[in-house]
Amino acid sequence: MAVIKIKVNGKEISREVSDSTLLSDFIRDNLLLTGTHIGCDTSQCGACVVHLNGKSVKSCTTLVADCNGDEITTIEGLSKNGKLHPMQESFKKHHGLQCGFCTPGMVMSAVDLLQKNKNPSEQEIRDWLEGNICRCTGYQGIVAAVKDAASKM
Amino acid sequence: MKNFNFKSATSTKEATKLSSVKTTFLAGGMTLIPAMKLRLAAYSDLINIKKIKGISGIKVSSKSIRIGATTTHAEVAASKEVGKSIPSLAVLAEGIGDPQVRNRGTIGGSIANNDPAADYPSACLALNAIIHTSKRKIAADKFFKGMFETDLKKGELIESIEFQVPEKSGYAKFPNPASRYAIVGVYIAKFKNEVRAAITGAGNYVFRSNELEKALSANFSTSAIDKVNISSKELNSDIHASAEYRAHIIKVMAKKALSFS
Ligand SMILES: Cc1cc2nc3c(=O)[nH]c(=O)nc-3n(C[C@H](O)[C@H](O)[C@H](O)COP(=O)(O)OP(=O)(O)OC[C@H]3O[C@@H](n4cnc5c(N)ncnc54)[C@H](O)[C@@H]3O)c2cc1C
Ligand code: FES
Ligand code: FES
Repeated sequence: MAVIKIKVNGKEISREVSDSTLLSDFIRDNLLLTGTHIGCDTSQCGACVVHLNGKSVKSCTTLVADCNGDEITTIEGLSKNGKLHPMQESFKKHHGLQCGFCTPGMVMSAVDLLQKNKNPSEQEIRDWLEGNICRCTGYQGIVAAVKDAASKM
Repeated sequence: MKNFNFKSATSTKEATKLSSVKTTFLAGGMTLIPAMKLRLAAYSDLINIKKIKGISGIKVSSKSIRIGATTTHAEVAASKEVGKSIPSLAVLAEGIGDPQVRNRGTIGGSIANNDPAADYPSACLALNAIIHTSKRKIAADKFFKGMFETDLKKGELIESIEFQVPEKSGYAKFPNPASRYAIVGVYIAKFKNEVRAAITGAGNYVFRSNELEKALSANFSTSAIDKVNISSKELNSDIHASAEYRAHIIKVMAKKALSFS
């Protein structure tokens, strides 16, 4: 056990957790931020993607103990003053989701893409989302949403 | 996942001191954590090596590029210096897994793990790399020993990998469509007095192809590859590809690698 200090969605948090706690479990079970999903045991689906110090990572493959002093943004941290983030708006508008299970990870991953590449091509969007699996949409709406969000951000 | 203690080392010395038969080093965790979650591995302590100063980052000279063990795949892919002096190495890093794997996964972890389908081991063999550890220097030719097996001793830490800058080089892989690991990956490098060709994904572990090296040393062109005979005898057969298919794809990827060089 150790006391971990971590900033989550702008708020300083200090909690005692066991060394083997995964960041995904910490976010969901300790902080009750259940927007971050867990879809696999093999680090392949991307439903758990959050930002760690501004970069997208798989929270299911990161230890909280490894994030001491770091800054995390989860899907709950994207909207500002009750207004959805442009990427979220765009997913809604373009039917970038059906069941919504993959969506938090998709959105967090896509936001990271636009930080690096302001105007990605369709191929670049598809390549970037390699680590995010969606079983519903067939990806068309997702790609359209990311393209549209890029034009607005 | 079985419970363990998390310890963070700030120096190579501390990391090796904390190490015992029940512990292991933690770099990006992109291989280790899934393995522990699936209970394929369990340790009493994980020793985090990402806080150790001096084993991260990229140093370039005219003859070699030295990459610190905890440098992430994303950092190598984005490095202008790597892109300029060994572009094929940046291409390889950019093709590993997905962006989130590249943001965490490290070159040292990839090499220490020596997955038969990992990308970096082929770069080490083709670019005649020297692996610098906490104890010694190991030539890549002597480092990779078998499936998931290397010459590293317990508690020995990789500090950096030094790649020799070739005249020309190229890497091409036929990726597994789900994971992006190599079903076959071929790395070709031409130096002043030799051509080296390394193959990953196809066998038990990474290996150099004598046949390709001989043909390309005589004539560095795709037509030379056409005449090479790759035996499927020692190659892997699994749900992704038969040994015969892999033997065929080796030539296709070798030609592609050459066209990138
Ligand atoms: C979904 C997914 C897709 C992937 N796709 C690919 C791919 O296409 N190609 C590919 O090559 N790889 C792929 N990988 C593996 C990835 O590249 C890993 O990052 C890498 O193999 C291990 O690096 P790591 O830093 O995460 O190591 P860790 O998981 O932290 O460690 C792995 C092992 O290496 C040891 N170790 C780590 N650093 C050192 C060191 N400096 N000295 C000594 N021992 C050390 C650890 O003790 C551990 O046993 C993929 C992984 C995932 C989860
Ligand atoms: S839960 Fe599937 S990648 Fe994290
Ligand atoms: S919307 Fe259902 S998995 Fe993507």
